[in-house]
Amino acid sequence: MGQWDIYPEFEVVRNEARCTRCMGCIAQCANGVHSYDEKRQALLCDDAKCVDCHRCVAMCPTRALKIVKSDCALRENGNWDGDTIKEVFKQAQSGGVLLSSMGNPKRYPVYWDKLLLNASQVTNPSIDPLREPMETRVFLGKKPERPQRGADGKFTCELPPQLELSMPMLFSAMSYGSISYNAHEALARAAEELGIYYNTGEGGLHEDFYAYGENTIVQVASGRFGVHEGYLNAGAAIEIKMGQGAKPGIGGHLPGTKVGADISRTRMIPEGSDAISPAPHHDIYSIEDLRQLVYSLKQATHHKKPVIVKVAAVHNIAAIASGIARSGADIIAIDGFRGGTGAAPTRIRDSVGIPIELALAAVDQRLRDEGIRNEVGLIAGGSIRSSADVAKAIALGADAVYLGTAALLALGCHLCRTCQTGTCNWGIATQRSELVARLDPKEGARRLCNLLTAWNHELMEMLGGMGINSIEALRGNRLMLRGIGLTAGELEILGVAHAGA
Amino acid sequence: MIKQELWEGQVRIPSGCAISAVISREGRPINGSAMIESMRPMHERSNGLGGGFAGYGIYPEYKDFFALHIFYDTDEARNAVEANLRAVAEIVRAENIPTRKIPAIIGEPLIWRYFVAPLRSVLQSRQQDEEEFIARLVMHINTKYTGAYVFSSGKNMGVFKAVGYPEDVGEFYRLEEYNGYCWTAHGRYPTNTPGWWGGAHPFALLDRTIVHNGEISSYDCNRRTIEMYGYRCTLQTDTEVITYIADFLQRKQGLSLEEMASVIAAPFWSTIERKGEAERKELSYLRTLYPSLLITGPFSIILGFAGGLMALNDRLKLRSMVVGEKDDRVYIASEEAAIRAIEPEAENIWAPAGGQPVIVRVREGAY
Amino acid sequence: MSCEINARGLSAVELGQRLEAAEGSVTVTECLGQRFVGAGMDGRRIRIEGIPGNALGAYLNGAALEVCGNAQDAVGDTMNDGEIVIHGNVGDTAGYAMRGGKIYVEGSAGYRAGVHMKEYAGKLPVMVIGGRAGSFLGEYQAGGILVVLGLSGRGPIAGNFPCTGMHGGRVFLRCRPEELLFPQQVTARLAGLEDLEAVRPYIKEFCGHFGKDLEEVLDAPFTLVTPDSRNPYRQMYVAN
Repeated sequence: MGQWDIYPEFEVVRNEARCTRCMGCIAQCANGVHSYDEKRQALLCDDAKCVDCHRCVAMCPTRALKIVKSDCALRENGNWDGDTIKEVFKQAQSGGVLLSSMGNPKRYPVYWDKLLLNASQVTNPSIDPLREPMETRVFLGKKPERPQRGADGKFTCELPPQLELSMPMLFSAMSYGSISYNAHEALARAAEELGIYYNTGEGGLHEDFYAYGENTIVQVASGRFGVHEGYLNAGAAIEIKMGQGAKPGIGGHLPGTKVGADISRTRMIPEGSDAISPAPHHDIYSIEDLRQLVYSLKQATHHKKPVIVKVAAVHNIAAIASGIARSGADIIAIDGFRGGTGAAPTRIRDSVGIPIELALAAVDQRLRDEGIRNEVGLIAGGSIRSSADVAKAIALGADAVYLGTAALLALGCHLCRTCQTGTCNWGIATQRSELVARLDPKEGARRLCNLLTAWNHELMEMLGGMGINSIEALRGNRLMLRGIGLTAGELEILGVAHAGA
Repeated sequence: MIKQELWEGQVRIPSGCAISAVISREGRPINGSAMIESMRPMHERSNGLGGGFAGYGIYPEYKDFFALHIFYDTDEARNAVEANLRAVAEIVRAENIPTRKIPAIIGEPLIWRYFVAPLRSVLQSRQQDEEEFIARLVMHINTKYTGAYVFSSGKNMGVFKAVGYPEDVGEFYRLEEYNGYCWTAHGRYPTNTPGWWGGAHPFALLDRTIVHNGEISSYDCNRRTIEMYGYRCTLQTDTEVITYIADFLQRKQGLSLEEMASVIAAPFWSTIERKGEAERKELSYLRTLYPSLLITGPFSIILGFAGGLMALNDRLKLRSMVVGEKDDRVYIASEEAAIRAIEPEAENIWAPAGGQPVIVRVREGAY
Repeated sequence: MSCEINARGLSAVELGQRLEAAEGSVTVTECLGQRFVGAGMDGRRIRIEGIPGNALGAYLNGAALEVCGNAQDAVGDTMNDGEIVIHGNVGDTAGYAMRGGKIYVEGSAGYRAGVHMKEYAGKLPVMVIGGRAGSFLGEYQAGGILVVLGLSGRGPIAGNFPCTGMHGGRVFLRCRPEELLFPQQVTARLAGLEDLEAVRPYIKEFCGHFGKDLEEVLDAPFTLVTPDSRNPYRQMYVAN
C-alpha cells in the first residue's frame, strides 16, 4: 500500500487445513491473484487483483477458498458511502472516466418486486398446466389492420413476416467480441433447441454460426460491423440497435487487443484495430431517417424478415416508440436501465435511463391510445430475472422478453462486473483462447435450455393459476397485476390498481 | 342502500349465470312468455340480482327505425338526452315502456323507448353509415350523460332487463304482450350486490345482443385491445367486452360468424396442426392476426342478431350448453331442463363441443 | 313397496325431502331440472321420468338410480357406491371423482367424463358409456374402469386430449389405438383377451340394461389405455 492506494475490496481466505497445494487456483485465476512463493513454500493471494468472480472458489477441489468482503472500511457515512469515496480517489489518481460492466447495481426501485400476480378462485377455474393444454407460443410482428381476402372470398392467409417463438423469451443481443465464441455457440444451440432466437449483437455473425440462421436475429448497429447482404439474409430477423439500456446515448468500443483473426473476419475490420460504434447511427438524425433504414433493410432482404428496432428506455420513450411504430418497424425492443453491458461509463450506466417496467407500461398504453399497438410486437428487456418477471412484463403489455444477464448467469457468469477487463475466468466475456475453452458450448446450451424450460414451466403454472391457457390472453392483461407499496403516481403509470383494490 | 361505488363500471364484477334462447327458422312468432317459462327450472343459477331478455322481430310496425331503450334516473337526464336525440335524429315515437308493478321488482328507473332514424344530413356531414352513427351515439350517451343509459339500440328488436330473477323481470315487462321470431334470456349470479339495472344482461349494441355465462380470464387483455378501436367498456363486464368484440369482428372486420368463433374460441395449436392444409392455414392466420381477441376462461354465450343467433362455448368447454330442436324451432340453454320446460318433446338434444359454434338463421325473407 | 312422486313444481329441496321419506322403490315423474336427485342416498331404487337437474346422484352411497331419458352435468359426482343407469346422454363431468359404484350411460357423455375417478380399499368405480365421449375423457384418472363403446353417434369415439393427467386405472375404447391422439404419459395399445375379461362383466351388465348383444359389442378391436409408469409426469422441481 502507498499513499494513494485503495485497500482491496475483497479478501481471499484460504483454509490452510483444507488446502492440498494442488495449485489449481493459480491456474484458474487469469487475474493473477494466486501465486506460489518458492522460497517460503507458501501459496499467496494478492487481494487487490481479486474481482470476486468465484472461479477459484468453485474449482478448488477441497473447498479451501472463500472470498469475503473486506472489513477494512472507511468511516461510515450515509451520504459519502465507501464506493463513492473510492470512485473519487480513482478519478483523482487517473483522470479517467469510470468504466463498469453489467447492469446498474444501484438500489433503485425494482417494480417487478412491487407487482403481484392474480390467481383464480371460484368464479373461474384454475388450470393444471402439466396435464391440460397450455400454450406459450408467440408470434412477433406486425398484424394487418384487417384480414385480406382473395377474389374467392377466402383469406389470402398472407401476413407480414412474423417471428414464431415457442415461449415468450429470446436471448438479447451480445456481440461476438464482447462475449466469446463458445458463449455464442451455446446461445445459438440453445435457441435452436428451444425454438426461440438468439441475437448476434453488433459484432457480425461468425461463419460457423450461419447454420443456426433460422434461430438468429442479426443486429445492425451504428458501427455496421460485419453487415453485408449475406449477413442480413442469414437470420430470421434484423434488429436495428439504436440504443442499449445500460448506456443510452453512448456508442461502443471494443479495444483492438480483442480483435483477433476470428473477430476481424466476423466484423470485417482489420486485426488489432479498435472497433468503435458511434453513439448515433450517422444515417439517422431524425425519425424519418429511421424509416429509411428500416425500409432499406427490408428491401435488401426481399421483405421477408421482420425488422426490430431496439431502443433504450429513456424519458420520452412512449413518444419514441410511437414514432418507431410508424416507421415501418415490425417489432420494438425496449431495454431498461438495469440491462447489462460489456462495458459502459459508470455514471451513464447508473444514472441515465428509466426502469423497464415504467417504460413498458407507458409504451404499451401509448400505442393503444393511438390505436397502433397491433402495428408492432413489443419486446421488453433490461433485467428480467425470473419467470415471475416474464409474467409481469407480459401482463404489462410485452409480447416477449429479452434475456441477457440471466442467460450469462446460466453459462457460469457470477456477476463480478469486470467484463471490460477481458479476463473473464468463466470463458464468457473474454477472447483469450485458454479462458474461452473453459466454457463447453454443449454444456452451456444444456444449462440455457434447462433455465428457459424451467421458467416456461413456471410461467405455465402462473398462467394456469390465473385461469388462462394461452399466453396471448395475458398480454396487456393488467387486471392480473396489483401493486404493493406504490404511490398513486407509480400506479397510474403502471396502469394497475393497488393490492386490495 | 348499496354504495354507488359498487355499481357496474365502478368495479369489475364477475358473475355466473343461466342462459336460454329459442328461435324459429321460419320466422314464426314466439310469445315472450315462453322464455319466462324456460328460465324457471334454472332459478338456482341466478341469485336475483339481474335478469333480462332480448326479443327479435317484436316491433314489426317500426322495423325501419332504431328502437332505443333507455333507463333514466331523473327527468333532467331524460330532457338532456332527448334534446340531443332531436338534434341528430327523427323521433317517430317516444313512450314509457309498459311495465307491471310486482313486489319482486322494485326501485325501477324511468324506462323509455324511442323509435328513431338518424337525420340524413347528419350522416352525410359525419361520413358515417347509420349503424356506425347509432353505435357512436349510444356510446356517447352512455359515457357523457349522467343518469342516462341506452340498453337497447337495434332495429325491430328490444332488450328488457332489470335487477331481479328473470321470471320476475319477464312479468314486470309484460313480455306476454310481445311476439318475436327469436328470444334470448339471461339470469344473473353476480359476485356482489349491484343495484343498477343497466348492469343486467343481455348486453346490446345495435341489433347484436349477448347473453353470457362464466367469467373470462382474458378480460383486461380483450378490453384494452377493443378499446383501441373506439369502444369504451364502461361497465367492466365480460358481456360488454364480448359484445364489442363481436361487433368489431363482424361489422368492422367483415368476419363471418364461423370465422369469429375461430378467433374468440380459437382451437389449440395442437388441434390446428392436425387439420387439413387449407383449414390449418386459415386457423393459423386468424390466431396470428387476432391474438388479443382470444377469450380464455369459462364462457358460454348466445349472440343474437337480426335474423339469427350463434351459441358458443369456450374452447375448453368449461360451461355447459345444450341444443335441441322441434319442428322449425331451435332451443339453446345452459340446461336441458330449460328446453324441456317449454318443449317437452324436443328432439336431437346435443351438446356442442368447446369452440364449436352453433349458428341458426331464419329463412331469408321470413324476418 | 313402491310409490310415485310427481316432481312438478317441487324445488330440489322439496323433492329431496319426499325421496328421503319414501322407502323401497320410488318413481319420480315430471322431473324438470331439480338438482341433486338421490344425493348421498343408499338402499333404495329411484326411477326418474323427465330431466333431472345437475349433480344427479352426487355422493351416491348405494342407491340405484335410473333415468328414462337424458341427464345433465355432474352425474354421480363423488359417488361412493350404488348404480346409476341413464337411458340417454349425460352432460359434462359425469362421474367426477367417483370412488365406487357403477354408471351406465346408453348414449354419449359430454366433456371430462370420469375426471379423477379413483379406487380405494376394494372399491372399484366403473363407468360404461354406450355412445361417444367429449374431450378430456378420463382426465386425471387415478383408478377405476372407464369404457366407451361408440355404439351410437358420429365422429371419433372421444374428443380431444383424452386421458390427460391419467395416473391410474384403465380406459377401454372400442376402437383402434391409432384413431386418437394420446398424451405422452399414457400407453394405448390393442387390448388382449385377458384385458377384456376384466371388463366383460360390466359390458354384459350394460348390454342387459339396454338390450344389446354382448358378443356383437365385444366383436371389435378395443384399445386399452393405462398410465405409463416408465414415463411419469415429470417436472423438474428443485429445492429452493
